[in-house]
Amino acid sequence: MSRLQVVPLIDVVRESHHTTTYRFRADFGGDPGQFVMVWIPRWDELPMALSYLGPVKGITVHAYGDATKALQSFKPGDRIGVRGPYGNTFPLKGEKVLAVAGGTGTASLIAAIEGFAQQGAQVTSAIGARTAEELLFVDRAGASGEVHIATDDGTRGFHGFAPALAEKLLDRMKFDEVVTCGPERMIKLVVDAALRRGVPVHASLERYMKCGIGICDACAFDDRLVCLDGPVFPGDVLASSADFGAFRRDKSGRRIPI
Amino acid sequence: MVDLAMEVAGLRLRNPTMLASGFLDETGGSLLRVFKAGAGAVVTKSIGPEPREGYANPTVVELDAGLLNAVGLPNPGIVEFEREVRQALDGGAAVIGSVYGKDAHEYARCALKMEEYGVQAVELNLSCPHARGLGTEIAQHADAVAEITKAVRDAVGVPVFPKLSPNVADIASFAVAAEKAGADGIVAINTVKAMAIAPEVRMPVLANRYGGLSGPAIRPIGVRAVYDIYAAVDVPVIGVGGVATGRDALEYVMAGASAVQVGTALLSRGLGAFNEILKEASGILEDLGIASVKDAVGAAHE
Repeated sequence: MSRLQVVPLIDVVRESHHTTTYRFRADFGGDPGQFVMVWIPRWDELPMALSYLGPVKGITVHAYGDATKALQSFKPGDRIGVRGPYGNTFPLKGEKVLAVAGGTGTASLIAAIEGFAQQGAQVTSAIGARTAEELLFVDRAGASGEVHIATDDGTRGFHGFAPALAEKLLDRMKFDEVVTCGPERMIKLVVDAALRRGVPVHASLERYMKCGIGICDACAFDDRLVCLDGPVFPGDVLASSADFGAFRRDKSGRRIPI
Repeated sequence: MVDLAMEVAGLRLRNPTMLASGFLDETGGSLLRVFKAGAGAVVTKSIGPEPREGYANPTVVELDAGLLNAVGLPNPGIVEFEREVRQALDGGAAVIGSVYGKDAHEYARCALKMEEYGVQAVELNLSCPHARGLGTEIAQHADAVAEITKAVRDAVGVPVFPKLSPNVADIASFAVAAEKAGADGIVAINTVKAMAIAPEVRMPVLANRYGGLSGPAIRPIGVRAVYDIYAAVDVPVIGVGGVATGRDALEYVMAGASAVQVGTALLSRGLGAFNEILKEASGILEDLGIASVKDAVGAAHE
């Protein structure tokens, strides 16, 4: 059992007009790809990837719903609840790694990018966002290796989506591992592109969760659970899945198109 | 080798363990996965007439002694649930359909649908301790338990198992009322009404404030309830509440349970829990010279 810890925020950093990083100390570990359940008192509890590991952990949150918007007004000293860490990790295997991150998916992938670099792997990052102002952790990725940028509106770097940039990189350079996180349609394109070229790929999925610990079945896809069996899945598992890139479950458990 | 096969109200089980309702049971894929992991049968999430989102998070609190939850009966509704039940049944699972409703008519309607989908039995969630206007009031009135049990008994041909609340003064009297109304077996117990507060923010953790406690902390409560119910009724009893080991399961069996349901233990032991519990229970029975788990049912009574 992972006991809930209610902890003060140590630091709050605005990353873009809608995304903020919250730093806190918690008495548990955490490896690249793992997530925590974050309680925003009076509002909600949501699964969040750890964007910073170590003693002072971090989550990086896009304010798109009531609870995450309420969290935007939290200041250092305000308290949140955290429990975890949950889920599996990115296997840090590979010497020439391509990391493809889209939007807030960068928050989940950045710990893996740094993890690979610490292990001596050569990491090339392709980071995408809608516009330059929304790009996340470009400097951190740059400290771990080469960085390529894609923006939907062309305000910085490659004018287009991250998977298209990834395809160019896959054709130009030799990789022995691809890792990716972002919107599921983006992930699907990256997984397909890597598998077509015979490069192993791992992707971190996002699903609505109530429990985070393998009870509620809300994050089920096929006969797997994102919280327990994932959130990181190998490309071949995803490629043979009926639900990946196609269906998710809503709060009532109904299977709905993505 | 200890004989683990069991028959509960005509329902033939390969072993006397079941997945408890509320755990990994909202999708056909998960139900089938749990059955393949060793459960004798799987009980579905409680399904009502319409889709329901359940409560806002937090819906679970992990505690040293168990798990506190107020998920709030989320479910896709009985119509949409057909594909999930059929997927599990097509894969070979023994499925018990759990249903709820706001009145006897809704229970009966959902139970009938479950039967049409092919379930081997239905369980009546008469005891959810945290769903306002649904289980809570029903659980407190033996005549409501009897009325719903009778309505479902009249509607379906498969065995009907009302699941009772421990949050009453005399659970055995509810079991007697259910038996008189035609119950084919009694499931006991549902979770114990409880609360957790985070002092740091001066508020209950669960969005619903109250929830139901499961896990090791409630096992002695469940064992006592099963012991009393076994003495009071002639129909089989299915024990649930804090079973994590084979020894735990045998406590329930010797109190009078013909089968035991496992839920919270999946958090600590994973899906291997079913096979491990069976192996442990077999070992103990073997040491005791008891050849069949059937022979141990009610063994703790004079």
